[in-house]
Amino acid sequence: MRAAFVKTLVELADQDSRILLLTGDLGYNALEPFAERFPDRFFNVGVAEQNMVGLATGLAESGFIPYVYSIVNFAVLRPYEFIRNGPILHQFPVRIVGVGGGLEYGPNGLSHHGLEDIGIMRIQPGITVIAPADHQQARHAFLNTWNLPGPVYYRIGKDDKTVVAGLEGHFELGRAQLIREGSDLLLIAMGSVASEAVSAAQALAGHGVSCAVLVVASISPAPVDDLLAFAARYRLMLTVEAHYATGGLGSLISEVIAGKDLNCRLVRCGVESLPNGVSGSQRFLHQANGISAEKLVEKTMQVLYGLRSTDRNEG
Amino acid sequence: MGVSSRQIRRIILDQSKRAHVGHIGSALSIVDIITALYGLVLRIPDPDDPDRDRFVLSKGHAALALYAALFLKGWISEKILNTYCGDGTVLGVHPEHVLKGVDFSTGSLGQGLSMGAGAALAARLQQSSRRIFVLVSDAECNEGSLWEAVMFAAHHHLSNLIAIVDLNGQQALGYTHQVLNLSPMAERWRAFGWDVCEVDGHDVSAITRTIRDLNTSSGPPHVLIAHTIFGKGVSFMENQIKWHYWPMSEEEYQQALREVEAKP
Repeated sequence: MRAAFVKTLVELADQDSRILLLTGDLGYNALEPFAERFPDRFFNVGVAEQNMVGLATGLAESGFIPYVYSIVNFAVLRPYEFIRNGPILHQFPVRIVGVGGGLEYGPNGLSHHGLEDIGIMRIQPGITVIAPADHQQARHAFLNTWNLPGPVYYRIGKDDKTVVAGLEGHFELGRAQLIREGSDLLLIAMGSVASEAVSAAQALAGHGVSCAVLVVASISPAPVDDLLAFAARYRLMLTVEAHYATGGLGSLISEVIAGKDLNCRLVRCGVESLPNGVSGSQRFLHQANGISAEKLVEKTMQVLYGLRSTDRNEG
Repeated sequence: MGVSSRQIRRIILDQSKRAHVGHIGSALSIVDIITALYGLVLRIPDPDDPDRDRFVLSKGHAALALYAALFLKGWISEKILNTYCGDGTVLGVHPEHVLKGVDFSTGSLGQGLSMGAGAALAARLQQSSRRIFVLVSDAECNEGSLWEAVMFAAHHHLSNLIAIVDLNGQQALGYTHQVLNLSPMAERWRAFGWDVCEVDGHDVSAITRTIRDLNTSSGPPHVLIAHTIFGKGVSFMENQIKWHYWPMSEEEYQQALREVEAKP
């Protein structure tokens, strides 16, 4: 998604001279195409993310569309109050691009794991929040939203190869994308971990479980109508996210369905606790945190078996 | 209507008394800087002119002094001014950008200079000769983020950026040299690559002259270290910590008014 971002931004910047790119000294072997093409519109501001967002606020007030780039935590956690009091409060078209959402920075450890960014950004009114599932969807999200009048946060991944089967790059603000049909339950995924959800659904088919998969990339505005329609159709929904189980996609869907007269059980799969010094590859960490395809299959079978037992008891 | 320090001080006292709020000493501290800026320095043919000079009141808690200037410039009405700190007002303790004449909302210290540096960079990219003024408090220099902006502006030679430090030596809970020592202020900015001028922050003509002599088309960014007195103009408020937050009684208001009105 990094390469998709830079390629798309170069195209957009060719068309619109208001676009600038600021980085907090990150993006080696990623941002060069923009930096080389537009040396006067590219600023490495140094390791100073608060100032980066403040600068973007000042630039936007004068009519620019600044993109600020860093690793997820340094893009949104460190300068959080600057984002709130700057682009959000003023409703300026600043674009915050955080790379490496979730556990993508694997062995770099917790400082580099983006596990609460969606939670803290989506509680802010007045900012669009987007978490694409693959590079094709990221490209369409960038193309569809670059010209929004207010600020946008993009949580992107590093992977520019994996394609989430069935998604075909679709993106629409305020909508969710159903990428696999199924009748027994619905897996709802956010971000690049969606490919684990698809693999889980494929494996579950081998166990005779028919599992649909929905991708939610438009976090704010949330796809409320889509989510309510699916919640009415399915008895069980599992959310899958490389994010703390609190605050992210699972919380969002809990909020959407709360108070509605629905006969739908929601199970949230995400990072439940502090890693306590345990690090490793993204794959290892997905497994350790119950969001690998294999663990999602296990979880689904446990929950389904529980539900079917209940059926029997009730019967 | 012209902008004068006496009128601004009078408005600060009247409105603070009517609304029964504090931050009076902080507002009185910057009155003469505001008078210089809005009376003589800022090139603002209209607050909506995209090529106007920008002003960031980074020490947003002194906004009443700014509101007074905006009123004296005729950009806000007396009716609006009289809503200060009332229910439903646009004139809160800290300034909001939705108010005509306010370029940036402020209130959280350490953010204004970054926005100002961004605005200065924007002016350069747009090949405009407009200038950006940012008024910070001395205690605001406690914030690490301020120094991020200081470094950026120096590195990029933002000569169209003029910071003014309201060096009154006080902060909310004490004197700055007791809370977190900032001395020597001028040397610190100089060491970061800024052009530093020290000025009497209550001498309107000295402030104006100093700014007029700055090279805002090339070279380093500029900072005026403005030596000020917290609570300036009201004897019992001067250099007193309690007047950061304290509202006035009727007797205090009457005495303050007499002192302010007695001055030229």
